[in-house]
Amino acid sequence: MVRATEAEAPPSSGKGRVDEGFVRRLRGICGEDRVLTGLHARQTYESDGLLQYRVVPPVVVLPVEAREVREVLRLCHREGVPWVARGSGTGLSGGAVPVEDGVLISLSRMRRILEVDLDNQRVTAEPGVTNAEVGAAVAPTHVYPPDPSSQVVCSIGGNVAENSGGAHCFKYGFTTNYVTGLEVVLPDGEVVRLGGKELDRPGYDLVGAFVGSEGTLGVATKVTVRVVPRPEAWRTLVAYFDTTDQAGQTVSDIVAAGLVPAAIEMMDRLSIQACEAATGAGYPLDVGAALIVELDGPAAEVEARFEEAVALCRRNGASGVRVARDERERELIWKARKAAFAAMGRISPNFYVQDGVIPRTRLAEVLREIDRLSAEFGLRVANVFHAGDGNLHPLVCYDGRVPGEAERADRLASLILKACVEAGGSLTGEHGIGLDKRRHMPLMFSEADLEAFHRLRCAFDPDGLANPGKVMPTPRLCGEVPGPYRQHPLEAAGLAERF
Amino acid sequence: MGDASRTELRPPTLVGVERPRTAEEVGALLRAASRAGRTVRPVGGGTKLGWGRPVPPPDLELSTLGLASVVEHNAADLTAVVEAGVRLGELQRLLGEAGQMLALDPPLGPGEGATVGGVVATGDSGPLRHRYGAPRDLVLGVTVALSDGTVARSGGKVIKNVAGYDLPKLIAGSFGTLGVICRVAVRLHPRPPAHATLVARAADPALLQRAAMALSHAPLELECLDLAWGGGEGRVLARFGGAAALARARAARALVPEADPEVVEDDDATWEAQRAGQRSSEGTVVRVSCLQTDLARVLAAAAGAGASAVGRAAAGTLWLTLPPAGVEEAVGQVEELRRSLAPLRCVVLDAPAAVREKVDVWGEEDPGLLALMRRVKARFDPTGTLNPGLFVEGR
Repeated sequence: MVRATEAEAPPSSGKGRVDEGFVRRLRGICGEDRVLTGLHARQTYESDGLLQYRVVPPVVVLPVEAREVREVLRLCHREGVPWVARGSGTGLSGGAVPVEDGVLISLSRMRRILEVDLDNQRVTAEPGVTNAEVGAAVAPTHVYPPDPSSQVVCSIGGNVAENSGGAHCFKYGFTTNYVTGLEVVLPDGEVVRLGGKELDRPGYDLVGAFVGSEGTLGVATKVTVRVVPRPEAWRTLVAYFDTTDQAGQTVSDIVAAGLVPAAIEMMDRLSIQACEAATGAGYPLDVGAALIVELDGPAAEVEARFEEAVALCRRNGASGVRVARDERERELIWKARKAAFAAMGRISPNFYVQDGVIPRTRLAEVLREIDRLSAEFGLRVANVFHAGDGNLHPLVCYDGRVPGEAERADRLASLILKACVEAGGSLTGEHGIGLDKRRHMPLMFSEADLEAFHRLRCAFDPDGLANPGKVMPTPRLCGEVPGPYRQHPLEAAGLAERF
Repeated sequence: MGDASRTELRPPTLVGVERPRTAEEVGALLRAASRAGRTVRPVGGGTKLGWGRPVPPPDLELSTLGLASVVEHNAADLTAVVEAGVRLGELQRLLGEAGQMLALDPPLGPGEGATVGGVVATGDSGPLRHRYGAPRDLVLGVTVALSDGTVARSGGKVIKNVAGYDLPKLIAGSFGTLGVICRVAVRLHPRPPAHATLVARAADPALLQRAAMALSHAPLELECLDLAWGGGEGRVLARFGGAAALARARAARALVPEADPEVVEDDDATWEAQRAGQRSSEGTVVRVSCLQTDLARVLAAAAGAGASAVGRAAAGTLWLTLPPAGVEEAVGQVEELRRSLAPLRCVVLDAPAAVREKVDVWGEEDPGLLALMRRVKARFDPTGTLNPGLFVEGR
C-alpha cells in the first residue's frame, strides 16, 4: 500500500530546529560516532516494520546509557525539538516513524541485562535487549511469557511501548501483566522510577499507564519484568475442519468446558496454502480451517484435559487431528503458523497485515463480512486468528503494480476494522495505533474519550515533544492546567503546606 | 478524626448525599460540584472509608449504589460489563452459575458490602492475586466521570486491546481521586472444578520463606500461595485448582519436607480466614510490599511487634495487624516497622482514627514521582474536587 509520505508525514509541534549547533551539542553528549547525519545512515531509520510510511530523520543518535538519553531529552526540551524513540523497528503500525524536524533516538545499543534475580523471579534489562534474550536469561527453569512472533529481534523497550502480546496471551496475558518497574526519562529530561521490583506500591499505577503508550510519554531506560516457572508439560494438536465455522465452534466449546489453553490459533484455507508453500510443515491443502490447540501446565492437568480438547475437535467434525508426539513435531506445527505473515509473499506480490479484535463469539459473522468485502473489492483476504483472545489478523492481498489496487486494499482493510469495532471489538490487539491507525480512532472513541487520553499525555509531555503525531487522530496542544488553585483545608488551617 | 481540635477545622457545610443512576448523572453532579468549589467523595459499599489520609468530610458524598446493574455477562467470551455499584459478592454468585468468576477475592467487608467500583478504585485484592493479578490486571475497560462532567470511556470489552492509553490501569487503585468509576468491563476466568490446599507449618520465619520459595519456583500453577503468621507460628498455604488438584497437592508435600506438610481437602474456611486477616476493626493494619527474599525479615518484624500477618508469598504483599494499643504506642510501632523494613513500602490501611492522624499513612514518596503524580491529578481533576488530600499525591 503506497501512500503519499508527504500527506501522511506526522505533524510536529516542535518549535526548535535541528541545525548544526544542535547536532554539535548532540555529539557532545553521545560522541562523534553515535550521532548519524549522513543520508545513507539516516535512511536506515526511515520506517519501521510497516514500510508504507517513510520519513528520513535529520539526525539519529545511538545512546549507550541512560545518562545519554537523559541529556539528549534535556537538550531537546530546552530547544523545543521533538524526538522519536525506537527499539528494533519491528512495529507494524508506524509507531517508530521519525519526524522530519526531530531526533530519532535508537535504543538498540542499550542492550545490557542488568540483573537476573531468579530468587525473586525478576529480570531488569536495558530497553534494547531482545525479548528472546530476556527469556534466555531465565532458562531453563523460568520463562518470560509474552512472545511476539518477532521475539528474536524485537526489543523489550519496544514491547513496553506497544504492550506486546503473542500467541500465548489468552492464558498468560500481555507485557503489561509482567512489567513491575520502569526507569523512565520524561520529556523534560527528568528521571523517574515507576513501580519497582515489588508489586502494589502506593500511588497511581504509572507503570500501567506507561506500558502501551507507544513512546509518547517518555523513554524507558530500564525495564523490570516478572518471570514465571517453565510449565512442567505441554501437549499440542492441530485439527483440520471443512469450515471456519466448525473451527470457531470448537474454540467456543473448549472455552465453555473451562479449558484455558496456552494457545489456540486458527488459520483459514488461504493462510494454510501460503504457510504450506513457505514451510512444507505438512498441513493438508484441501481443508477450510486449521486449529492449533496447545495446553501447558502441570502434567496431571494437561493429561486430564488434553483428551477433552481432542474430543471436542472430533465432535465438531474435524476431518483430522494431528497430535505432536515430540518437540520436533510441535515445532513443525508452530513453524507454519509463525511464518504466516512472511508466507503471504508466496501467494501475493503485496499484502497488508490488519490487526483487529472481536469478541470471540462474533467470529463467524465477522468472517462472513470479511468474505463479502473480499468479493466486493475483488481482493483475496487470508485470515490468521489468535482465537482464544479474539485477535484477528486478516492479510489483505494486492498487487501494488496495478493502479488503484493499493488504495482499494487500504479501503478494504479499513472496512474490516470497522466491522471488528461494530462487533464490540477493538482497532488493534497488539500492533498499536501508531501512525497507521490514528485516523480510525474516532471509530472506537468519542471526542470526550480522546480528550481523557490527552490529559494523560499532557501530564507527562506538556510540550508534545515525545513521538508527536502518533496515537491521537488529530494534533492537539496541552495548554496550562485549567481551574483555580484550591487550597487544601489542612493547608488553610496552617497544619500543612504544599511543597 | 477523633479529637475535638480537629472538628473545628471542618468546613461549615452539610454533607449531602447523592445517588445518581447513570454515568451522565454522575458527570452532571460532578460538574455542578466542581463549579461550586465543593469537594466530592465517591462511595460504594462504604467498607473502606477508613483508608487513606484522614481528610475533612467532603461537601458531597456520591453513592454509586444507584449504578447497580450487570450490563453484560458474555459467558462464552469470558467477559462482563458491570456498573460500579454492583456488589462483588452478588456478581460472583451470578458468574458462579456459569462456572465462572471474576478472579478478585478481597475481603468484602461488613455485610459483604464491597462493590466492584470500590474494589477497583482501591486496587484491593485477595489470595487469587497470586495467579490472576490485581484489579488492574482484570479490568479491560472503564467508564469514568471526571470532575468537569466529562464521561469518558477507555479500554474495551475484549480481552486483548491496545487502542489508546491504558487508562483503566491508571484509574484502578487511584482511590477516586482522578474520576468516578461508573462502569467497568472485566475479564472472567473459569472456576476450577476442584480445590485442595497444601499447608506447611513452621515457627522459624526463615524456614517459612524457604518453603514458600520452593513452592513458588516449582511449575505448580497454583491458584494461591499465601503466608500466615500468628501466635509465634506460621504457615505456608498453597491452593491447587483443577481436575487433579488433590493429587497435585499431595505430590507437592515432597517439596516442603521440613515444614510438616499436610493436605486440606475442604479448604474454603482456610482461605476465608486469609481474606479476613487483611482487615481489622480495632488493630492497625500495615500492608508491606516486599520480595520473596524479604519474607522472613518481614515475618520476623511482625513477630517482634506482636503482630499477626497474612498475605501473598510470591506477589510479596503482606498485611501485618498490630494489636490494639494506645495511640502513641501504635504510632511508634508503625514507625519502628518502617525503620526496620526500609526501603520496603509500608502502607497503613485499617487503623484507629487517632493513629491515622499521627502517621503518614502512605509513607514517604520520591519527590520526582510525587511531582508526576500531582501533574496527573491536576490534568484529570484540575479543580481538586475528588477526594482532595486523601491519596498519595494529595499532600
